[in-house]
Amino acid sequence: MKKHIKSNVYWVGKVDWELRKFHGEEYSTNKGSTYNSYLVQEEKTVLIDTVWLPYGIEFVDNLAKEIDLNKIDFIVANHGEVDHSGGLPELMKRIPNTPIYCTANAVKSLKGQFHQDWDFRVVKTGDKIDIGNGKELIFVEMTMLHWPDSMATYLTSDNILFCNDAFGQHYATEALYNDLVDQAEMFNEAIKYYANILTPFSAMLAKKLEDIIALGLPIEILATSHGVIWRDNPMQIIEKYAAWAQDYQENQITIIYDTMSNGTKHLAEKIGEGIQLADSDITVKIYNIAKSDQNDVITEVFKSKTVVMGSPTISNSMLHTMAGIIHLMKEMKFKNKKAAVFGCYGWSGESTKALKEHLESAGFEVMDEGLRIQWQPDEEQQLAAIEFGKKIVSNQK
Amino acid sequence: MKKFLCPCGYEYDPALGDPDNGVAPGTAFEDLPEDWVCPVCGLPQEEFTEM
Repeated sequence: MKKHIKSNVYWVGKVDWELRKFHGEEYSTNKGSTYNSYLVQEEKTVLIDTVWLPYGIEFVDNLAKEIDLNKIDFIVANHGEVDHSGGLPELMKRIPNTPIYCTANAVKSLKGQFHQDWDFRVVKTGDKIDIGNGKELIFVEMTMLHWPDSMATYLTSDNILFCNDAFGQHYATEALYNDLVDQAEMFNEAIKYYANILTPFSAMLAKKLEDIIALGLPIEILATSHGVIWRDNPMQIIEKYAAWAQDYQENQITIIYDTMSNGTKHLAEKIGEGIQLADSDITVKIYNIAKSDQNDVITEVFKSKTVVMGSPTISNSMLHTMAGIIHLMKEMKFKNKKAAVFGCYGWSGESTKALKEHLESAGFEVMDEGLRIQWQPDEEQQLAAIEFGKKIVSNQK
Repeated sequence: MKKFLCPCGYEYDPALGDPDNGVAPGTAFEDLPEDWVCPVCGLPQEEFTEM
């Protein structure tokens, strides 16, 4: 069912309430997602993006109930990834000669995935198309935000920026707009999305936001490709992105550990106690990575000034869960963050050294050699863990 | 000569140049033609960082 956005612009996407993982099993989508597709019906009829591949046929069937598909003059593919282009194979079976406007890189990504030689029309930043009634579409390349092929499309007069993956959230809602949903839920999903998907591109993103603002295009609506559409003060999410792109930090320390016999767990809790004793204004969060959602943990790392990572020693190294989360942290290319390491051991005790090496290779500045405790921490060693927590606080000042 | 890294992961190595796009081996990053862009993703030179 199409939903009216503004003037002759309609939402024709799919709300996916049951999605729980995306990018294979890499990204948790505990609140589902939406795939936002838009129909612009001026003198020209334009379809902007489609939906995720498994919903491709359903999407085209529904679209055909709203409009004679042959009336679509052209399609805009802002991004070639299958959660936006997944409707194209079915759609192009039915209207095979319809032009697809996209970047040169999107021709490669669409051909590479679907192996079809559709009528691609390559566009660059600043290219415009007249769609009648005095309105134009203007294209803005968004290279590596977050794929080489990404772009945004601006509709003049209505002042809508179809910004694709930027400013999105994996957040299922029937409500469509940012002012109609639970604000805490929505911002949680927005920051998680940024932390896990866009952090590696922060430096570029900061510049691109300046470019978009410099274009001087009035933006009334940010028509995202996932989650809510920003119609109420869309600048609020642009301002958030500007802050998130500047090596964002809150006054937070996150402790991440895995444990076998609860010794390292006890150290984690005592270190947390030490941090709070040293500075009760600091938000301390503690996660057993083996029991936690890795994307939620990455979001907490994103917010942190310091991360404290603990593992017992097994087979002369750390538990594999810790290596896994540090690998994800490395992928995110976090900047300007400190770290500390700790762990219990029985005899050889290499986990802290391994944690330190991994964290340094992930770009974290690691404080000293860490806290190593043999067997279970006794009272004196628990006090040492509290002192270690206090040292972490003074180290980040 | 110094190597430079594109945000997409492509490394410009002056020793190798970019012969497919008319840049001879031995060309320093600073001497690349103005219109040279990343051969993988298309980003301009100013997005590269020194490695």
